[in-house]
Amino acid sequence: MSDLRETPLTGLHKALGAKMTGFAGYEMPLQYGLGVMGEHLHTRDKAGLFDVSHMGQVLVRHEAGYGGAAQAMERLVPVSLMGLGEKRQRYGFFINDAGGIRDDLMLTNRGDHLLVVVNAACKADDIAWMREGLPDCEVVEVTDRALIALQGPKAVDALAPIAAGCEIMKFLDTGIFTSDYGELWVSRSGYTGEDGFEISVPEAQAEPLARALLLHEAVEPVGLGARDSLRLEAGLCLYGQDIDAETTPVEAGLSWAIQKARRRGGEREGNFPGADVILDQLENGVARCRVGLRPEGRAPMRAGTKIFGSETGGEAVGQVTSGAFGPSIEAPMSMGYVAASHASAGTTLYGEVRGKRLPVAVAEMPFTPANFKR
Amino acid sequence: MKYTEEHEWLDQDGDIVTVGITSHAAEQLGDIVFVELPEVGAEVTKDDEIVVIESVKAASDILAPLDGEIVEVNEVLADSPSKVNEDPEGDGWFFRIKPSDTSPMDDYMDEAAYKDFID
Repeated sequence: MSDLRETPLTGLHKALGAKMTGFAGYEMPLQYGLGVMGEHLHTRDKAGLFDVSHMGQVLVRHEAGYGGAAQAMERLVPVSLMGLGEKRQRYGFFINDAGGIRDDLMLTNRGDHLLVVVNAACKADDIAWMREGLPDCEVVEVTDRALIALQGPKAVDALAPIAAGCEIMKFLDTGIFTSDYGELWVSRSGYTGEDGFEISVPEAQAEPLARALLLHEAVEPVGLGARDSLRLEAGLCLYGQDIDAETTPVEAGLSWAIQKARRRGGEREGNFPGADVILDQLENGVARCRVGLRPEGRAPMRAGTKIFGSETGGEAVGQVTSGAFGPSIEAPMSMGYVAASHASAGTTLYGEVRGKRLPVAVAEMPFTPANFKR
Repeated sequence: MKYTEEHEWLDQDGDIVTVGITSHAAEQLGDIVFVELPEVGAEVTKDDEIVVIESVKAASDILAPLDGEIVEVNEVLADSPSKVNEDPEGDGWFFRIKPSDTSPMDDYMDEAAYKDFID
């Protein structure tokens, strides 16, 4: 694993006995002692601590302050940033000229600049893309901070003694907190479908902070295995698997993230890469869409499983992009793309698993109800 | 008890051999969420893929360790695949086979050899 990069918490993962794996160029914990299933259930029941330091944290500054940075960034994302309140966070994506998704990301209005959090595997490309597309902005990668996600109904109990006041934040609020672990950049968000926080911490303080959080009786460390099953149960896309440069946000069911102001007839309509494709799809629909899938039996239908409209014969109508067993729903679950004609919830389709076509129902997502602090 | 390099254990009782996976294998696979077993009465050939195990991580196959007829399968695993994690070398057994040829048994490892193999 010598080619893999470490995070400020790599030593802690090993000290905690994690099974390590390579992910997006980083050596990351796959699971700890509780195992994937145990870590998943613990997060939904209490709180899980995740190292997400491999993700990119990027500051975007403009001489005209937040308004300038927001206006500039709207050239790259189909999201309303001018309409994003101070200290609020919003989901978005970079788009290519064909309307495909270059990466998905979180954007925060930090008063006088933008904070962007991007996926590990895409961060070098994203930073180059921002520098090229935003010549009027200063694009600064934050390299001296770790990022910790604390997720689950008890996350707030564990963080409140450290970041006093975090308990009054609502879903997608952000704040900067002075703490015993330096200045913490906290957002009430995450990627598990649970209430919780993402905490950016100076790298030298990352391990002491993680250890302090782990001392709380409700908190256990959670690896990438459970992170994947948690986000899939929550109906959330993994970039590179469920969304990529070949899928548009409309096909991916992410149109909710494109605010009215950026749509046809909006105040700041279009004017982002791929706008013609995306605005047209918003009006006229798409040929295929991302759907949830619930296999009838216990056999998981994993990524790559071909989906058919009938038990025998015919061409595939779609394909699974993520599939696993859902520990909280105690059943297998998948998501994937199917032809729009086969995408209504309740439709019975067939997934081909080891040469056999097994029934699977198109299902609403999330598979588990979201528990955000609204 | 005999062990294969595929991490199966074989327990011979008269002309019937019970087969499962070792504790070591169960631990490596992680939480098991689905087990597909062969049909009772199936005639199988050594190295046929006759069991599918899905864990939280991935799918894997279990090979027939001997030629013979499947005489019983552990039906409990259909609804309770986690039995394999809980008691891999007991209640989490997979199938019982009536071998037509037991000679490969002699080539499989004993417990001491298997311990060396996984270390």
